[in-house]
This record gives sequence, C-alpha cells and structure tokens, in this order.
Amino acid sequence: MNISNLFRIAYRALLRNKLRAFLTMLGIIIGVASVIAMVAIGQGSKQSIHDQLSNMGTNMLTVQPASNLNGGVRIAGTSFQTLTIKDIVALKANAPDITEISPAVTSRGQAINGPLNWPTSMSGVAPEYLDIRKLSLKDGIAFTQNDVLTAAKVCLIGQTVIDNIFPNGENPIGKVIRFGHIPFQIIGVLNAKGFNAFGQDQDDILIAPYTTVQKRILATIYYSNIYASASSEGVTDAAVTEMTQALRTSHRLRDSEDNDFTVRTQQELIATLSSTSGLLTVLLTVVAGISLVIGGIGIMNIMYVSVTERTKEIGLRMSIGARGKDILLQFLMEAILISITGGVIGVLLGFLSTQIVTLTLGWPTIISQSSVMLSFVVCAVTGIFFGYYPAQKASRLDPIEALRYE
Amino acid sequence: MSKKALEIKDLKREFQMGSETVRALKGISFSVEPGEFVTIMGSSGSGKTTLLNILGCLDKPTIGEYLLDGVDIKKLSRDELAQLRNHKIGFVFQAYNLLARTSALENVELPLLYNKEISVSERRERAMHALEAVKLENRFDHMPNQLSGGQQQRVAIARALVNQPVMILADEATGNLDSRTSYEIMALMQELNQKQGKTIVFVTHEPDIAAFSSRTIQLRDGIIQKDTKNASPKSAKEMLAALPVTDDYNIDHEHK
Repeated sequence: MNISNLFRIAYRALLRNKLRAFLTMLGIIIGVASVIAMVAIGQGSKQSIHDQLSNMGTNMLTVQPASNLNGGVRIAGTSFQTLTIKDIVALKANAPDITEISPAVTSRGQAINGPLNWPTSMSGVAPEYLDIRKLSLKDGIAFTQNDVLTAAKVCLIGQTVIDNIFPNGENPIGKVIRFGHIPFQIIGVLNAKGFNAFGQDQDDILIAPYTTVQKRILATIYYSNIYASASSEGVTDAAVTEMTQALRTSHRLRDSEDNDFTVRTQQELIATLSSTSGLLTVLLTVVAGISLVIGGIGIMNIMYVSVTERTKEIGLRMSIGARGKDILLQFLMEAILISITGGVIGVLLGFLSTQIVTLTLGWPTIISQSSVMLSFVVCAVTGIFFGYYPAQKASRLDPIEALRYE
Repeated sequence: MSKKALEIKDLKREFQMGSETVRALKGISFSVEPGEFVTIMGSSGSGKTTLLNILGCLDKPTIGEYLLDGVDIKKLSRDELAQLRNHKIGFVFQAYNLLARTSALENVELPLLYNKEISVSERRERAMHALEAVKLENRFDHMPNQLSGGQQQRVAIARALVNQPVMILADEATGNLDSRTSYEIMALMQELNQKQGKTIVFVTHEPDIAAFSSRTIQLRDGIIQKDTKNASPKSAKEMLAALPVTDDYNIDHEHK
C-alpha cells in the first residue's frame, strides 16, 4: 500500500468521527500551546531582567563593606564603616581597568516643599556617578567637582519626588526645597528610569554631592559604598582583582585575614537573576511537557477504545485484503495525523495566547524557535509512540473473530 | 474447462478446545468450475462457517488441500493470504459491513485502496462501473444510512465485484432482507453469474435461496451429505415478477 492510499484511508477514518478526533487532539493542542506560551513568558522575563540590568550599566562594580569579626561579634556589612577617601585614592592609583569612580552615602529623610513633603532618600555621590549608573538629566545641569569640594547645597531630583512635592507641574529647577533641616537648590531633573528588577522605584531619589551629605546631614567620614565602572564589560573580572588588591593594601589586611569588603559586578547579578528565571523557564517547561505527555496518553486511550469500537471495521478491512501491516499503518497514521494537526493548532494557539498575555498583562514574551520546534517534534513522537500499541493491537486481530464481533 | 475456480481435497479442520479436539470438518472434497453458482447449505454446527472461513482464505485447513484459482493456500503467510483475498475473493456479508459515514462510492473503492497497482483514476472508474453493475449509478454519494437494506447489500456486492475476483463468496447475504428484497438480490446474483460468468459461492440455510443456484452442497456434521446439480434453477427475476405488488414496495426496506 502506498503512502497516498494510506493517508487517504486514515484521513477518511478520522473524518468519519470528527468530534472524537478533535477531543483526542485537544490534549495535544493544549500541551503544545502551553509549552510555547510558558517558554515565551519565561524567556521574556529573563530577557527583560537582563535588559534592565544592562540599563544599570553592565560594567558597573560596587564595593560594599563586608561583615567582619569585631572582638568575636560578627557585624553586618552595612553598619560597618571601612570605606573612606583613602580607598578612593588607592583605587584611582592602583586599579587601571576602572575608568570612573564615585563614593556613595545614603540618607533617608523628608523632602519638603512648603506644606508638601515626601519621604525619600538622598544619595551623596561624585559627579561621575551619573555616568556609572547610566543616569541622565531631563532638564538643568549636573553638579560639578567644585560643588563637591565646597559641599554645595545643590541636588538633582527624581521624577517620583517631583510628582509628590511639585504636584501642579511647576518647573522645579532653581527652587529651594528642604531635606530634613537643610535647604537644597534643585539644579537638575533626572530622566525617569521606572522600577528596577527588584521592584524599587529608581525615580524616588535626590542626588547631591557626597561631601554635602557626609558633612551637613550624616556627619561621617565613611562611605556606604563605592561605585566604579570598568573600561569595558570584558575587563570587569580583572578590575575586580585589581580593586580587591588595592583595597586590601589600603585596609592593611594581613594575608590571613578575610576581606572586610566585597566587590560585586553586575555580571554576578545578571547570572543570578538569569539562572533564577532560567529555573522558572525550566519549571514552566516541565509542567507544560507533562501536559503534552498527558495529551499523548489521551491519544493512546482514545486509540485503544477506537480499536475496540472499530473491531468489525478492522475485520472487514482484513477480509477485503488489508494486511496486518496495513491496519497497523492506518492506525499509526491516524495517531500521527491527530498529533500533527493538534500540534499545528497548538502552535497557532500558543502564538495567539502569547500575544494575548503581552497585550493584556503587558508581560514581555519571547517566542523561541526552539520551543516551537521541540514541542512539534515531541508531539509527532508522542503520536507515534502512543499510537503504536493500539495500532499493533488492531493489526493482530483475527479477521474471523473481528468480523463476527458485535 | 482448463482450470478450476477452486478445488478442495480431503479437507479437515480441527479446533483445540482445552483438552478436547473438536473436528469441525471431517474430510471434504469438491471442486467448483468457473461460472458455477454453488450454494452451500447446512444447519448450524454442520461446519458451514468453518468451510466458509477456509474458502474465504481467512482460515487454513488442518489437513487437506485447498487450491484457489490454482494457488495452494497452505503455503501462504498471513500477509499473502490478505493479498489473495484482495485479488481473488469478493465477500458479501449478512450485515453488509459497509463503513458508516462513508459514501457508497468510497465504500466500493475500499478494496482497491489495498491494491497498490491501481491508480486513483482507475480506482474511481472501476468503483463507478461496479456500482452501475448493481444499478446504483445514481447513489454514488449516498451514505449507508441513506440507503435501504437492499441498496446497502447491493453496494456491498459492488464492493465484492470491484476487484474482479475469481469468486464471490456470500455469507447469508439475504439473511437480513425481506423476501422481495432477497429475490432482488438473488436476481442480481443470477445476472452476474449468467451474463458476466461470475463464480458465486453462496452460503445459506434457506432452501428457497438454494433453488436459484445451479448446484447445492449440503453439509452435515462436517461432511458432505449431498452434492446435487440443479439442471434448471429457478429464475429470481420471474419469482419477483410473480410476487404480489404490495403497498410498501419502494418504501424503505430498512432492516437491522
């Protein structure tokens, strides 16, 4: 029997019972569609996390005080005061792979404009900070090294703070607001960055020279962190080594002592988050894959029932000359037709539901070619695998008994 | 006649039922010439069905020889038997055994789908011819449930004819039909036998059906009790004409 006859026999047999064929297909349709949609959502969120981090500057390095032993008591890194101007000087001198460097101190407090106020935080940084963090100004000017030297009471303002203390849309440039008790003149407005990957509002911020925050607000000589940027993404690892060495020397740590700081790169963060969302993708895929297998079992189930129900038809086909092989191929072909048709519909439905998710929920999605290929291949294999046993059962029927079957 | 349509020599068929051996056929010999119309009769338990299965190449004899169109079926494998059925035998069943939700034409085409030497156009043409031969040329696209019992059986006969078999093997082909429709079917069988020279082996238990054939083989307890030639078979056409015209004629003869 040639392929076209085989195809025609299987096709006609399926058309004879459209509802049953469709119900069998349903498992495969849902399985394939969910694999595609789940992988698209997983990939989409992975990509968006990566994009956001790149936006933060992928060559950015941060130094934080690390926890350390102080008379046997371990103290949290953030409350540990180790980073000073000495470290900045040492880093500038001994870490050739970093191009820009900025200390940072942070203070929380109320931003006050007349009767309006808003709790926010003020970052005290060097002018290089804007470059390192890839921040830009919408309006006004940035402060300069001179403002740092004079601990000038000027600041840059984020969009969220503007919305809350300048609610009527007036231009904040040149206005004087208070942060706590200290008056600051607003000299620039930051471009809105939105929320970061951790859900923090990156626009809820005031930025001032670090000397201003250190001297006028916090009265400290320590920094809470140091930001630096490597000359390129590729040399970040070298930069980390250089910085570590420079800081160890600067902190006069003996070889036996642990670092009292940590140097982090965005690469680590990207890797961590990517692997988290990668895990999410794997989990989603596994769940979707399970539904595909269940779809396959559905095919097997229906094919088994179908073989029993169509015993007489099988007997007739055998009596008019179908060989066992012909019957086997017919039922196998039916299973493959069901799973491939279901696969095609599933792919379309997967595309459609992915689009719906993007349009209604605003989730980023990426339909990967590999997930489409994979689910398609899996459903074809499912068809053959789960269709084989019922088909074999059909092909082994005794024509005499099959003909007499009621 | 050079070659016999079928030839059976000392055929025995035994079944193993647990520890007991049931001997369904206890040594049967006969042969059928091409163009004969043979009825095989017998009550239940006579071995009629077993003989039919063997004649239809669905089963093989335990002992003895069966030559169909000169081919010894004992040497054939399961697949070769299927091919033999496809090429040399046309089955007509009591319950018609048409595929549901499939047009008359597609039903008739079915045996040809299992014959790879036949092209799509030839298949269609032969199926149409076969349906014309059973006078259903205007029912090509009808589904079995849109046809009367007699019409369904005629589709089944067309299906048996379409592969131009050596022999048409009918199994109680009129068993589900009323007498008028039975006569119609028998008239068709006689016409195929007399005008087209088809060999017909008709298994039945109804004596009046046997009267239409040219030869009757009577089975009893696994042996041939009688093998009689019927020099002047009755004409089913005349019988049909002689039947009183009833009001329900041409109304559906739906039987199940």
